[in-house]
Amino acid sequence: MDRIPILTLGDILLVSIQVDLEDQLALRLQEDLSDRIVATGAHGVVIDISALDIVDSFIGRMLSTIASISRVLDAETVVVGMRPAVAITLVELGLSLKGVRTALTVEHGLRLLRGARAAELIGLPDDDEPAEPAPAGEPAAAS
Amino acid sequence: MDSTTTRYLADLLRDHGDQIVKRWTATVAASLRGRLGEAELGRQINELFTALREATDGAELTIDSAESSELRAVLTELSRQRARHGFSSTETAISVFALKEPVLEITDSTDPAALRSFVAISHFIDELGLFTFESYAKTREELIADQAEQLLELSTPVVKLWEGVVAVPLVGTLDSARAQVVMERLLQTLVDTGSPYAIIDITGVPAVDTQVAQHILKTVVAARLMGADCIISGIRPQIAQTIVALGIEFGDIVTKSSLADALLHALRAGGVELSRRAGRRD
Amino acid sequence: MTTGDGVEVLPIVADEDVVRVRQLVRSVAVAAKLSLIDQTKLVTAASELARNTLVYGGGGRAEVSTVSNGRRTGIRVHFADDGPGIADLDLAMTDGYTSGSGLGLGLSGARRLVDEFEIDTAAGAGTRITLTKWSR
Repeated sequence: MDRIPILTLGDILLVSIQVDLEDQLALRLQEDLSDRIVATGAHGVVIDISALDIVDSFIGRMLSTIASISRVLDAETVVVGMRPAVAITLVELGLSLKGVRTALTVEHGLRLLRGARAAELIGLPDDDEPAEPAPAGEPAAAS
Repeated sequence: MDSTTTRYLADLLRDHGDQIVKRWTATVAASLRGRLGEAELGRQINELFTALREATDGAELTIDSAESSELRAVLTELSRQRARHGFSSTETAISVFALKEPVLEITDSTDPAALRSFVAISHFIDELGLFTFESYAKTREELIADQAEQLLELSTPVVKLWEGVVAVPLVGTLDSARAQVVMERLLQTLVDTGSPYAIIDITGVPAVDTQVAQHILKTVVAARLMGADCIISGIRPQIAQTIVALGIEFGDIVTKSSLADALLHALRAGGVELSRRAGRRD
Repeated sequence: MTTGDGVEVLPIVADEDVVRVRQLVRSVAVAAKLSLIDQTKLVTAASELARNTLVYGGGGRAEVSTVSNGRRTGIRVHFADDGPGIADLDLAMTDGYTSGSGLGLGLSGARRLVDEFEIDTAAGAGTRITLTKWSR
């Protein structure tokens, strides 16, 4: 049975979607991620979609669902690497990817997650706005 | 062209081939005034001649027939070449019309049947000329479109202002087509430079209407989906008034009147702190 | 399967067929020299409708062909199913319409992504949708 591999980077899970996403595969990914979050106690999930040449409403829904489920399990999700053509199409399609935070690259995503987590631990308010890079509490040297 | 005339032409081309090609080439050469090498021109006319002979293989000669496919191909290629090298439409069409001269010379002008055949042949050559002209026009249009695109590219520079901050100064009127190109370039730059912040400066945009505002808005939303944020700067007082009058809502998109302010905002958002060293006099 | 007049027909009866439709439309769009953005929009629209055909139409087929209007080349994708059809088309075509579990039939969104959009459907009479996207 085909599965999308999930990598563990500290307390962050990294998923890189490299294949043409079939609906069943997408559903399996949702399940696998939830299991892994609980199993590893991960606090962050980075989903790299740089290899996806389209994101339709089903895939969009999958991403939103993963973000919601992860949040319930105390993990933040960031989707990274969206291609310009995909972004433009999503705008035209009217899909807003509610509840999904995004970042340009895996690196940006990790930075975002660390910052969000740090803010949470210190008790600072975190800009919990989806689809916006918000490195709250990030020290100046980080750039 | 009916079958009898087609046979007549086929025979003519076969029996007087060399003479026809020679006169044809000379006439065209004269009109081009040496701007095309003799050898190259000779080769082109020969190719055209051969294709024409092939076209007469069919029962009735028409420009659309299967036998004329090579002829159409050769004419198209000839037009494209002429168009690309800056020859005028007349110079291109003459390459075809010049065939009439040698054919007329060979025609026995005392024979009414021969003259009727010449009229039919002349008519056919006219069609070839028009076909050539069409291909030429099409190529010129393609060239102009290409140049317009290049101009578009040149007029939308992207500047890296800081690590993670790029600026796109828009200059000139922003129509639908241009806005699309700008949008795509901006978004691609975000990926290429890994910049989470883009400043769209519209100081150089004379007027902003609903359409333009829509495009800018779409660009910002797309950038956000990708994980980057846009700041719009260079909003002049008149533009601000127009925006409000048109009821355009920029929502939570940050807008600044100057590029400097926009840069400061982006730097701060990115966690960069600026300080002035003590003891400096400015 | 390619019919005599250059139309490629793909059955849509399983999950993987949606992916196949995407891939076919992509390759045909590339061959017709559509820009990357236009390719993406068309493939996305095709993906939405292929899934609709499978999930709501109970399975059907997609027909992909390259078309020409004399000046430009285009891609035409036709979806057909013998499913329950759409009873209230106006409602289904409004933005944000949701049926079943999810973000909706995506019809209005798909329409925005293409140049020509024709739909023929009625309750109990199946659904037929044709999309066309032209190169610029």
